[in-house]
Amino acid sequence: MDDSRRSFLRNAGLTAVATAQATVARAQAAPPGQDLPAAYIFFNEQEAAFVEAATARLIPSDETGPGAREAGVPQYIDRQLAGAWGAGDRLYRSGPWHAGEPTQGYQLPHTPAELFRKALRGIADDVRKQYGAEFGALPEARQDAYLTALQKENRDLGGVPSGVFFTTLLEATLEGFFSDPAYGGNRDMVSWKMIGFPGAYANYYDLVDRHGVAFDQPPVGLADDGHGRMRLRAVPMAPGGDAGAHGAHAGPAGVHDRPAGGK
Amino acid sequence: MAIRMKETDAVLIGVGLVGTILGRELTRAGLKVVGLERGEPRSTVPDFQGPQIHDELRYAVRYALMQDTARETVTFRNRRDQRALPVRRWNSFLPGTGVGGAAVHWNGQTYRFQDSDFRMRTRTEERYGKDFLDPEITVQDWGVSAEDMEPHYDRFEYLLGVSGKAGHLQGKKIPGGNPFEDSRSREYPTPPMKEPYGSALFRKAAEGLGYHPFPQPSANLSQPYTNPEGMTLKTCMFCGYCERFGCEHYAKASPQTVLLPVLLKDERFELRTNCQVLRINLDSSGKRATGVTYVDGSGQEYEQPASLVILGGFALNNVRMLLLSGIGKPYDPESGTGTVGRNYAYQTTSGVQVFFDRDVNINPFMRSGASGTVMADFVSDNFDHSSLGFVGGAYIGETMSHGRPIEFHPTPPGTPAWGSEWKKAVIRHYNHTSVLNIHGSSVAVRSNYLDLDPTYLDAWGLPLLRMTFDFPENDLKMSAYLTERAAEIGRAMGGRQVSASPRKGPYDITKYQTTHNTGGTVMGADPSTSVVNPFLQSWDVSNLFVIGASNFPQNASYNPTDTVGALAYRAAEAIVGRYLKSPGPLVQT
Repeated sequence: MDDSRRSFLRNAGLTAVATAQATVARAQAAPPGQDLPAAYIFFNEQEAAFVEAATARLIPSDETGPGAREAGVPQYIDRQLAGAWGAGDRLYRSGPWHAGEPTQGYQLPHTPAELFRKALRGIADDVRKQYGAEFGALPEARQDAYLTALQKENRDLGGVPSGVFFTTLLEATLEGFFSDPAYGGNRDMVSWKMIGFPGAYANYYDLVDRHGVAFDQPPVGLADDGHGRMRLRAVPMAPGGDAGAHGAHAGPAGVHDRPAGGK
Repeated sequence: MAIRMKETDAVLIGVGLVGTILGRELTRAGLKVVGLERGEPRSTVPDFQGPQIHDELRYAVRYALMQDTARETVTFRNRRDQRALPVRRWNSFLPGTGVGGAAVHWNGQTYRFQDSDFRMRTRTEERYGKDFLDPEITVQDWGVSAEDMEPHYDRFEYLLGVSGKAGHLQGKKIPGGNPFEDSRSREYPTPPMKEPYGSALFRKAAEGLGYHPFPQPSANLSQPYTNPEGMTLKTCMFCGYCERFGCEHYAKASPQTVLLPVLLKDERFELRTNCQVLRINLDSSGKRATGVTYVDGSGQEYEQPASLVILGGFALNNVRMLLLSGIGKPYDPESGTGTVGRNYAYQTTSGVQVFFDRDVNINPFMRSGASGTVMADFVSDNFDHSSLGFVGGAYIGETMSHGRPIEFHPTPPGTPAWGSEWKKAVIRHYNHTSVLNIHGSSVAVRSNYLDLDPTYLDAWGLPLLRMTFDFPENDLKMSAYLTERAAEIGRAMGGRQVSASPRKGPYDITKYQTTHNTGGTVMGADPSTSVVNPFLQSWDVSNLFVIGASNFPQNASYNPTDTVGALAYRAAEAIVGRYLKSPGPLVQT
């Protein structure tokens, strides 16, 4: 059992609908071998605990399906912060630094990695002072109240206004939840299945004028062929190429799946 | 120490849409042309191929194809009494970079401006009287008419293979097209695209209210097409990854798919990428360009002498290049004199969301960049403004271009921004919401302008461009009035709930609106209020042509690219047909 699964069950144990959620978790769990390593490469243990708990409140696991934590959003944010985006890629970083008007946008000298590190330290101190406990140990209602305070009161978190941090955290959570699973979040394409987004699928020519048609094929990710022709891992490629099996992942009407490399 | 390169006949600053067209026309006329592009080379294969190109995070959120703000950005303020600060990461608009420029990752909406746009001041004064325009509003005529522009629009649209339906052909009105357009000489090169569901609901509702909807003219093609350059485009697959992405299907017109491969085969053309032009060099008289100075990817500086300089970059970069080169008189908002940076305008956009019942599958992901249905009843001066207190207008349409969920996860007003209630609302509404687009004009006013920032520098040590902009009262009034008209149509579409969001001030650089930045090197017949003449030739330096959306004296209701392409062909025709035979000013002052 990997860490995210454990944390899911821990979360489920706190709620009244544990059974329903556990069923969802089983249904949505990625097949063995597709799990990302659960290790964090940017967050320390305390930071990771906050981000896991906070993202689970921003997009909770509920009767509609898994939330941000189960989808791997904390791991997504961790990898983003450890990489180029966290280091300030494509961020204009010359001073002088002035607060500016809200219409002028982000004007802090921190890279996203610096912003998270400072804010998370500030939050840990703040929560301990206020509640005498870690954020993750608070009841959900209190966690929500604290996150709302970060969002609306604009507290000072060691040089980071809490509103700026909250917005960054919420945006990163949405990115991780809805982006391609290749980035570490949206595990097993849970969010795409939930809303009915077909992902990287690329051909609706035959469907666009069938108004109101229900598109209920499973989504496609970057690890699949971008033309909607899936890799059917379970079926060995027939000799001579193109006579691939038509399995459960068949595309919509008129689009036949083909084996890997059949492009 | 700059290395001096061998002199060439013409040098292009920027190899995007304008650069490619000018490169082709000038080499065809026998000139040797060097194209300097600051960004990377890139082509349909392998750079825009699936599955990697269908990556919302990389392209649409992290802006993989856009100008790198770490090296070069703009500074911004709403008013002159504020301190401008750098746009540290793009939001409101997304300038492109790299071979093909923004025409790689545009959506493909391909509209002609109207004669009433080209003669905006004259027409307004004729119809509503001299006192109708607020004295702060500095809209003016372009120095061209729709009739002057028609052959160039025609040529550009046939280069792209635009899919659409004429509404006014050789003087005759045609049912099904745009009845408000000026007469066009030919039908569109290809028929309209298929109509998505939400667009069909819009069309029926608009017709029911007495309006005149028509298929949006699209440079994502409805069928295969071979253009006069021998380039073949293919049918758009409605993949939903269009604007902010390159097209993997050869179905979106871009320099790469309509012209660039032809140009690159010409021995008279040389493309140099990763070359950042620092300035246009002038001779001692200040009236003649001698070439340009640029830095390559390794940091080496070069001087490229040339007899003719074509500045064909993105609007904001054209303005900055003139300011950095000391060409023309910078605009002074205090006195209202000077021209470079004057009449910066934008686009006044707004939206209406229509939330449907659960059994109405809108399928927002089955879209192309420019598919959809629109109406021109409120474009430009197609309606009576006399009692409205504003000039200008907007097209209204259902032109959704994608259902990518990081950017698109609509919820009704009053829904919390996070938590279980938010999540349930996203699931409930994602596939059952249609969005109407109100794409409005932008008047020029005295107080909106561009100049060089006194403080912030780019990676080469040169001042950034400074933008001073807020929405003029005129445009906010226009947005309020037309967003309400769109909401009426939305209510007639059969939705359960309709939410209208007219544009409100102040202008906020943190919200994506559109990359239709215009003005600053305005064209016109009067050198005291324009930077280039009606052939896009600099009034000050006659062997310099400046071409792009920076030429627009104010911005019209429609998307700008068709007009930029037509202006490029117009300038090319003037250079090849007149200037090369007798170099010097094409219009006497």
